[in-house]
Amino acid sequence: MSLKSSASPNYSRRKAIDVMMRSLVFVATGLAIVPLVLIIGYVIVIGGGALNWEFFTDIYQPPMQVSMPDLGPIDPNDPFANLDLGSLVGGEPGTGQEGANDEKGADILEAPARGGVFHGIVGTLLITTVALIIATPIGIMAGIFLSEFPDNSVATTVRFASDVLSGAPSIIVGVTAYILIVNAKGADGQPLGFAGIAGSIALTFLMVPTITRTTEEVLKLVPEATREAALAMGATTWYSTFTVVVPTALSGIVTGVMLAFARGAGETAPLIMTVLGSNVLMTNLFEPMAALPLITYRYTESPFPSENTLAWGSAFVLMMLVLLVNILVRIATRNRLRMR
Amino acid sequence: MAQAQAARETFRERIAKRTQHGDGIFWGLTLFFALLVIVLVFAILWVTWSDSQQARERFGLAFFTSGEWNPVETEVNPVSFGAMPAIVGTLISSAIALILAAPVAIGIGIFLAELCPPAIRTPLSFMVELLAAIPSVIYGVWGVMVFAPFFTQNVARPMSETIGQIVPWLGGNVASGRGLLIAGIILSIMILPTIAAITRDVLTLVPNTQREVMLALGATRWEVIWLSVVPYARAGIIGAVMLGLGRALGETMAATMLVGNRPQVPETLFEPATTAAALVASELVNSQTLIHESALVLIALALFAITLLLNLSARLLIWYMNRGPVGRTRA
Repeated sequence: MSLKSSASPNYSRRKAIDVMMRSLVFVATGLAIVPLVLIIGYVIVIGGGALNWEFFTDIYQPPMQVSMPDLGPIDPNDPFANLDLGSLVGGEPGTGQEGANDEKGADILEAPARGGVFHGIVGTLLITTVALIIATPIGIMAGIFLSEFPDNSVATTVRFASDVLSGAPSIIVGVTAYILIVNAKGADGQPLGFAGIAGSIALTFLMVPTITRTTEEVLKLVPEATREAALAMGATTWYSTFTVVVPTALSGIVTGVMLAFARGAGETAPLIMTVLGSNVLMTNLFEPMAALPLITYRYTESPFPSENTLAWGSAFVLMMLVLLVNILVRIATRNRLRMR
Repeated sequence: MAQAQAARETFRERIAKRTQHGDGIFWGLTLFFALLVIVLVFAILWVTWSDSQQARERFGLAFFTSGEWNPVETEVNPVSFGAMPAIVGTLISSAIALILAAPVAIGIGIFLAELCPPAIRTPLSFMVELLAAIPSVIYGVWGVMVFAPFFTQNVARPMSETIGQIVPWLGGNVASGRGLLIAGIILSIMILPTIAAITRDVLTLVPNTQREVMLALGATRWEVIWLSVVPYARAGIIGAVMLGLGRALGETMAATMLVGNRPQVPETLFEPATTAAALVASELVNSQTLIHESALVLIALALFAITLLLNLSARLLIWYMNRGPVGRTRA
């Protein structure tokens, strides 16, 4: 009784608001999870269903090649070049032959998924690896500079620049690489043209900030006493940095590089204007190449269900790549924290 | 003896000299790579600035207010370029995304930081961070293949037939299944994890005394959150929303795949339209004339400048909050 009287007069109203708002927040969380779970679920179910041995080992096959083997050779990069589309959707209107060829056209639309994305997997690995080879030294060295010489105006500017790069829309670096490389005039006065290497350079812009910031953060976690111990034994700063500080933080630095790889592998917009895409297996970095995100993008818009299946499949592969890298990184960093 | 002393001195000096040298090289080398990061930013600015020169000189500031976009010369329409369709499309789709995502995402952040049972807090937070890392093209695939047909059938058509009769910008033809509303909805799903993760981070930075004081005064859980924790983190939460906005403005793939890529100012939210990023992505590769390319690069430059400003102010806000307690609402 005394307890009740000591409670403030509007207590029940406040209590009601409390319960209402807390459940509202709870509902908001549940509501937001629905579309996200739906997206992941669809990619796993449909994309996972598109996977088979052929998907990983074969390259693109035009749908009409599958349904009409008598069509002869088809240029995979321009499947419609020799194809009379009118002959597929029906005869001339008014000639009494409308729909005469509908069956043939329907065959293409119903053609089972054939071929795979081996060319895309090779392209993505090549483009992303080359980008990583360029970005890793820049990122790690810049990160070392930021952690070992932290308080000067250069370091502040570098931190700001890396924030700018990581916040920039990915299309901007695509535009930059397009102007710098694809559209640049070569020795013969002709534009250099689309090339895998242009995509690598675009991705470098996006990978450097990730590696720089992760390297800086993990190097800062190395205790100051470790550095002092090395210096006390007569080591110079550079010697102690490369033999003591960096090895201590190596797993963290590798983490940053892996995250950069995952980010680069999934980027699509910069590749549209640099790598262009290809339907054949290309390993020359100075030519247009295929890449998994480009396959996902282009085959999603395709009217052919067999190509849509390839899009789902490569979306699945991309998503798994990103999720796996992130989960691995999580496990690795958690173990390190537990040991401390 | 003295000779030995001198020899030792010179030896020590030699070592000192050598170490000094190594450290100098080390400093110079890391400085070089650090400066490279700055060079990358300037490369973007310089390249886009110089390549957009033709468009800047020909159109001037009128470029941003003109709604005409005709890359191909015809008898009726001369070639002209104006950024208005891209600006309108970008602003409306981002606004839709922000209105839908921000309240929910802040709710998630509050739930994760304040109300979530400890057992599921870590896995749930990790899941939110994972979602922020999923490539945007995957959201695009889902949007095109699954959401667009559903949306046209069950949302766009009924809306156009009922509310659309009264409110013109919610009516019109919905047949294409592409437009600013659907693009905004997909964008909102994409920026949700970003805002939620940062909101959670800034809320966990609020010192416990802030909560304890309110509890000691007899406040309910919600009053603690709403009157004490959230005001303390206000700057950080605004920063999180701005970073989300930056992502929505610059998002390319999901927008390109769902907005319809029609460079005109749309009359309804269900009509095909375009956004700045989608316009650049879909036309730059196919641009035939220099002025067309130049106009697209100018749009890209403007987009870069805006996201740069947004990111800068967002980071300032988050940094301001991390600096510690200032002001009235802080314990």
